[in-house]
Amino acid sequence: MSAVDEKRPDRRRISGRRILADFKVYSRGYMRDRIGLFFGLIFPVILILIFGAIFSGTGTGKVTVYVQNLDQGPFPTPQADIGAQFIDALNSSGTLDVVVVSPSEDFARYLANHSASDGIVIPQGFSSSYLERQPINITVYGNPSSSSSGIVAGTVVGISNGFNLQLFEGTSVIGVDQATVSSQQTQYIDFLIPGLIGFSILVNPMFSLVNISSEYKKNKLFKQLSLTPLTKMEWLASKVMWYIVLSAASFLLMVAVGVAAFGAHITLTVWIIPFLILGPTLFAAMGMLVGTVSKNPETAGVVGNIVTFPMMFLAGTFFPISIMPGWLQSIAHVLPLFYVIEGLNNVMVYDNIPGALFDIAVVAALTAAFFVAAVILFKWRED
Amino acid sequence: MPIEVSGLIKHYGETKAVDGITFSVREGEVFGLLGPNGAGKTTTIEILEGLRRKDGGEALVLGLDPWTDGSRLHRKIGVIPQGFNFFEKTTPREAIIYYASLFGVKVDPDEILRTVLLEDSANHLFANLSGGQKQKTGLALSLVNSPDLLFLDEPTTGLDPNARRAVWQVISGLKAQGRTIVLTTHYLDEAQQLSDRVAIMNRGRIVAMGTTEEIISQHGSGERLEIQGSPELAEYIRANAGLEVESRGNVVSIALRHKNDALAALEAAERSKMPWGDIRTRRDSLDDVFVRLVRGEVDESGEVVGGERSG
Repeated sequence: MSAVDEKRPDRRRISGRRILADFKVYSRGYMRDRIGLFFGLIFPVILILIFGAIFSGTGTGKVTVYVQNLDQGPFPTPQADIGAQFIDALNSSGTLDVVVVSPSEDFARYLANHSASDGIVIPQGFSSSYLERQPINITVYGNPSSSSSGIVAGTVVGISNGFNLQLFEGTSVIGVDQATVSSQQTQYIDFLIPGLIGFSILVNPMFSLVNISSEYKKNKLFKQLSLTPLTKMEWLASKVMWYIVLSAASFLLMVAVGVAAFGAHITLTVWIIPFLILGPTLFAAMGMLVGTVSKNPETAGVVGNIVTFPMMFLAGTFFPISIMPGWLQSIAHVLPLFYVIEGLNNVMVYDNIPGALFDIAVVAALTAAFFVAAVILFKWRED
Repeated sequence: MPIEVSGLIKHYGETKAVDGITFSVREGEVFGLLGPNGAGKTTTIEILEGLRRKDGGEALVLGLDPWTDGSRLHRKIGVIPQGFNFFEKTTPREAIIYYASLFGVKVDPDEILRTVLLEDSANHLFANLSGGQKQKTGLALSLVNSPDLLFLDEPTTGLDPNARRAVWQVISGLKAQGRTIVLTTHYLDEAQQLSDRVAIMNRGRIVAMGTTEEIISQHGSGERLEIQGSPELAEYIRANAGLEVESRGNVVSIALRHKNDALAALEAAERSKMPWGDIRTRRDSLDDVFVRLVRGEVDESGEVVGGERSG
């Protein structure tokens, strides 16, 4: 019984030398395993690049619009080229990205070939009609189901009104002052980086320890180790140390890529450190526990997945949990990873240190509980 | 005595894995625990190593209780558990250095690698080693703390004959250095080749113990006459001459209790009109005794096959 095991009279002290020796052998073995290294370090970075690329495109703004100017003059003076002035006005509207199409193109076919739905055609004789105050229409192509079409039509109407007023020497009574919002806008990538750091803090120690604790039991490596002075506490400590190092490396890599590739806004403070230490410890202990209570590596793998997958997707890894329905949010609140990611968000994105302190307290309590349970239930020797 | 065991008992539920065995191991000898799978060899050796707790009886190893004094004991003994395994991405040399830091001792890895004849594979990853080289790595690790007492649990199971002989060579070398060695095996030749004394275990009990000569003279049936002949011939001789006859393949084996038995057997063979020939006499080997004691032969993987034989 483990109780007897704990009370053995010659119970040894924890030795830093033995932890270091085990750390060296384990980390070297880990570095030699290309697949492990890929999933440990490279995979989360690939996720950042993929999710970052998918979501960073949206919301940044301008609608691309194709413009064909059929009014090719001749014009007595450059000021008489009203079509060109209209295009300049479209360009400076701030909402449209204008691509000029040669007058010789079949416009409808051109749009189809470019998979585009938004287009504007300025008709022949536009300038002369305007100057002679003859009514003339600009054609706006658009797909009613697409939100961009409204933007194009609205912009064209607005600019036309301006031109009309100008011609009749009217003055606009109501004007619009454009102001830029100067406060920092939180982008998707800013959530994604803490989320995926949490993902990496969860997945690496968890899967590794589920795997090795059940494998070592099966192929009798624990038995082998129990014949040396190494204690199970020291063994677990060296694993935790390695996953803290790996998480720190993974953290630096992800932040570097996030900032370099997507210009993520991230606050780097010492408050990140508690999460990088407690997180790997918590999930290493959880993995150890799963591997220990499972009869064989196959069961351990299944139990490990059951424990890991909900956290992987529901704890705010790939998207903020605020976009999930309420009942899913309540589930998220019982997942240990939620507090790691919420904490990282509080520290890295919101500068909310009191909130982060609460998260640290929750994670620390969970870590202590799981670590103690893992050490007690995990047996070097059998009866 | 390095090891003293008396009335040792270990149950797994209803099964008596070890059923009150008594033996001792002398300093500097190689003591072999021989028996088929499930005989209780590994349970016994693991109790002595401090890996399992006994349910009854006494076991003292180097004067220590292996279970309660396990960690003190582990500094003084060397062990290869059955089916020795190690970290896949580690080389034998690194493994030796790792063990040396765990034990807090200074060793010369090359010297240990030389002792176990593993210099050529010192820097290969454990995963890429052959079965024999893996066992030698285990032997190397068991030597790191310079133990005087070694436990080898089935050191050559699953190895090909060449690798087996290479491991034997290493074990003989360790014996020559004066170390006490306890080994379990289900290979008779291995027990005979390496052991000074052997205990044959079957169903949790020791059924014979001593040097191989002692076991053969205690449990063997002495001189035997062997002739080529069919099982039907064996049956005929048993029925007509009233002798103890065994049949194995194409060999009829007759126990010679009295000096006239040989003559009576040959007369019966001739009378049977069945073909026979190739007369030979021989004494029981450890093989014969073992087969009789465990009531069957043991195959390569240690399982009892054949069951009871005629005779």
